[in-house]
Amino acid sequence: SEKMQRRRSSKTPKQPLQVLHHKTQTDLSAWRKGGRIDPEKSVQNHQSLNDQKNDSKQDSLEEALSYFETVQDRVSLKKNSVLQKHLTTVESIALQRGLPPEGFDVLLNVALSGKLADTVNTRLLKSLVPASVIPETSVVSSVSWLCVSKCSGNIQLLFLRWLITMFDFIDHKEQLHALYGFFFSFLQDEKMCPYVCHLLYLLTRKESVKPFRIRRLIDLQAKMGMQSHLQALLSLYKLFCPELVTITLPGKMKTYFKNSEGPWKAAINTVRRRNQNSPVSQPLFLGTAQPQSRKRKWNTQLIIPVRSKTKNNLEEDREKNRIDLYSTNESFPVEQLQTFSQLLQNIHHLEFPSQMGSVLTNPLLLHYMNCIKDESIYLRLYYWMGQTLQEECTWCVADNNQYEEEFKDFLETVYKTECFLQEGFSSCEEFLYKSLPLWDGFCCRSQILRLVSWIPLSNFSEMKSHLYDPLAQLFFTSSLYFKCSVLESLKELLLNWLNWHVIHLDSESDSQVHSLNTTLSGLVNVVAELIHFVGWISTVALRLENNPTFLLYFILDFYETVCDMYLRYNLPLLIMPPAGVFYPALLSMDSVSLNQLCYIMYRY
Amino acid sequence: MESADGAARTLPSTRRLSRGPLFGRAHGRFGLSPSSWLLPPAPRSQVGPGCADPQTTAFLLRKQWTLYSVTPLYRFSNARLRDYARLLSACIAAEKQKGLAVEVGVELDIKVAVSSLPDLKGSDQDQAAILVQLSSRSPASQKNSEEKLIWSGWFCCVFGDDLSENVPEDFTCLPLFLANGAETYTSIVGSWFQKTFDCCFRRLAISPLNLSWMAAMWTGCKVDKTVSAIELVFSVPCLPHPLDISYAIHPEDAKALWDTIQKTPGEITQEEVDVFMDCLYSHFHRHFKIHLSATKLVKVSTAIASAHCDGIIKFLQSQYLTGVLMLLTELAISQIQ
Repeated sequence: SEKMQRRRSSKTPKQPLQVLHHKTQTDLSAWRKGGRIDPEKSVQNHQSLNDQKNDSKQDSLEEALSYFETVQDRVSLKKNSVLQKHLTTVESIALQRGLPPEGFDVLLNVALSGKLADTVNTRLLKSLVPASVIPETSVVSSVSWLCVSKCSGNIQLLFLRWLITMFDFIDHKEQLHALYGFFFSFLQDEKMCPYVCHLLYLLTRKESVKPFRIRRLIDLQAKMGMQSHLQALLSLYKLFCPELVTITLPGKMKTYFKNSEGPWKAAINTVRRRNQNSPVSQPLFLGTAQPQSRKRKWNTQLIIPVRSKTKNNLEEDREKNRIDLYSTNESFPVEQLQTFSQLLQNIHHLEFPSQMGSVLTNPLLLHYMNCIKDESIYLRLYYWMGQTLQEECTWCVADNNQYEEEFKDFLETVYKTECFLQEGFSSCEEFLYKSLPLWDGFCCRSQILRLVSWIPLSNFSEMKSHLYDPLAQLFFTSSLYFKCSVLESLKELLLNWLNWHVIHLDSESDSQVHSLNTTLSGLVNVVAELIHFVGWISTVALRLENNPTFLLYFILDFYETVCDMYLRYNLPLLIMPPAGVFYPALLSMDSVSLNQLCYIMYRY
Repeated sequence: MESADGAARTLPSTRRLSRGPLFGRAHGRFGLSPSSWLLPPAPRSQVGPGCADPQTTAFLLRKQWTLYSVTPLYRFSNARLRDYARLLSACIAAEKQKGLAVEVGVELDIKVAVSSLPDLKGSDQDQAAILVQLSSRSPASQKNSEEKLIWSGWFCCVFGDDLSENVPEDFTCLPLFLANGAETYTSIVGSWFQKTFDCCFRRLAISPLNLSWMAAMWTGCKVDKTVSAIELVFSVPCLPHPLDISYAIHPEDAKALWDTIQKTPGEITQEEVDVFMDCLYSHFHRHFKIHLSATKLVKVSTAIASAHCDGIIKFLQSQYLTGVLMLLTELAISQIQ
């Protein structure tokens, strides 16, 4: 294994400099000699060392597990140092990281088969802390050992307590549910009874409540008196099937069951804490249940809600349908909508989910939303998105900094939806107007700039003060990269506006409403204002940055769109690049800028 | 904070996602503070529409209410309050079952009551207030049926025409929500409303500016027996130990001061509020050499009501209840739009 390790460290990506290569070598030898490691090692060295340590631990665990697999009867702990060594290995690994799923089978078999002394078995059971999950098969086989009763009574009790404590870590539980009857039969043993009751409490489902079981419990109660654990199980049965359990139960008990966690409590806490800190990607959104990590506010809506049918409409629908004989009676449940063909078949009796926010991630429902011209849908979405954006904005609300990643993802989702619909949300637009003056230009930068490019075209006269001024402020005081990003997003904005204009020029049905307030001259003014704004900031930026080609590229890219406005998009507007842009481009040393400039002039 | 009034945003066209709702945005809601405020007609006469019957609203007084703003509820019907109560109690029972097996703790039988308070509104266009009450009955003494109120919350809208006039019929506008009781119940009830009616709850914080408005307005109100002083609490952060300064003023003195400042009865302007607060600050400074204007006003307590900047309110007088609610409704609406 040492050879392997040496090979692995030499596989670390080749450093271009000889010096660093030597560093790896010296550090490896230092580790092998057990000497002092150079504190100025690079990150990669540190990584490889950690890996080596972990690997050695892993190897010893594997050794220990293979030992336990093949151990013969009657090995005494005191006399056998090998057993002691392996036992301590298992214990230490369990306490630090938890055991991998493969280890449980072996260790449970050894502990419950009575091959070794009770002291060993106890220590084994106490160190059965999972790193991730416990495989169900190992639990099932250990239950079979329990039935055979090869191990002592104390070990059986400890095993039950272990099972109760680790119940949530078991990956599947179908087979365990099938073993319900086996567990139930253990109730007759007086010592095991409380723990078995607790275990049954965790396992009970509606199907498990059978009259003969209830009778058995009542008999036991008559024999042993009113025990709190029996009461617990009976009251659970009563909750599931109140008609079967007719006796009255005294309520108001705070704790029915003794806490079994004791021996494992510390270890579980360590493992849980480790798992929380590790970058495990939690499925935070899209149809899964709300995660527990977001406990800080119950009304947090960054998690896009689950699609579920509106429950309170059922009665109203029934009344409506009595009148309308030709329509189908039920509406298609939204959760079942998986394919486009389903959408087409059921399009006339599809209902939106109870929380509109869930359409953001569902392209089928977005299609449907495009077809339905129902104002209440838009209004619901408007309120939900507006409130969520304002509430979760990481720079507007003081406490929100830690949730930046989630907010970024949310903004990403909104952007993708806007791209899908080819239309901007007005709630998003308002959010930008409110938050851009407070924005630092750094937090969620690419998402915000992309959202800027979807601001809808309208006659909003305050656009200058709400959009252009804050952007200009950030623009002038930022890096070259930020300037180019802003220019790119403004170019996208112009493109979106022009596309919108073209589409709505064609659709005559909207013209009535449209002509109320968005006259052609109004549109032209808005677009002209944008172009003049870009011209102004480009001129200043070029002077500030001393005409870099990178910046010039983005500026001329913008003007390539501008020069096509009349021919391609039917907007009667002709704007030339300002002198501050034209002359640096003309006199630049790079052929790229010259090429772009010539293209622009050609298009004119 | 700019008060962007007169932002001529043209009415957006209907039926477009990219167009906002049909609001006449005459006030340009990107700014915050009102430049002038019409005082509520106070005190409300005992007879007439929209007055709050003191008996039914007695339970609202002298309790601490946490404020939330609520977006309009979709497909909420006043006729189905009993069904809602049933569904809500099922939801609460389900939540309780999710507890761990080790403590099968709460054996409380929780009963949910949803009722309507038709008197608690401002104009006739307002929706009637909706009250949700959670009470527990201890299962041991079932004959007794002595129910203890463990949580209550109510939705209301007082002069919320700004919001309700442009919203289609499917929506019910009740922008203000007040809750009293354990936070767990608030979260359960709130989540149920959010899921069922597609609304959004947000904590309503009261800015120091609005608190100073409240101080000025409530000082000017006539109260029968002036027992309690007017108390303003300021917090000074960023010290090793954060400092709280409490400034108590005799109510008659404060009222006398306010009467000299206020020019038009029934209307208050920003300048008048500023003058009022400046007078109080300078008086404090003369005695203690501390500039209160540099601190943050966090709590205002008068004989009428007391308000905390975290969004907590306590009503003390039933005759001015509607007036205070009108103010809070306005704050809630500004947070929604």
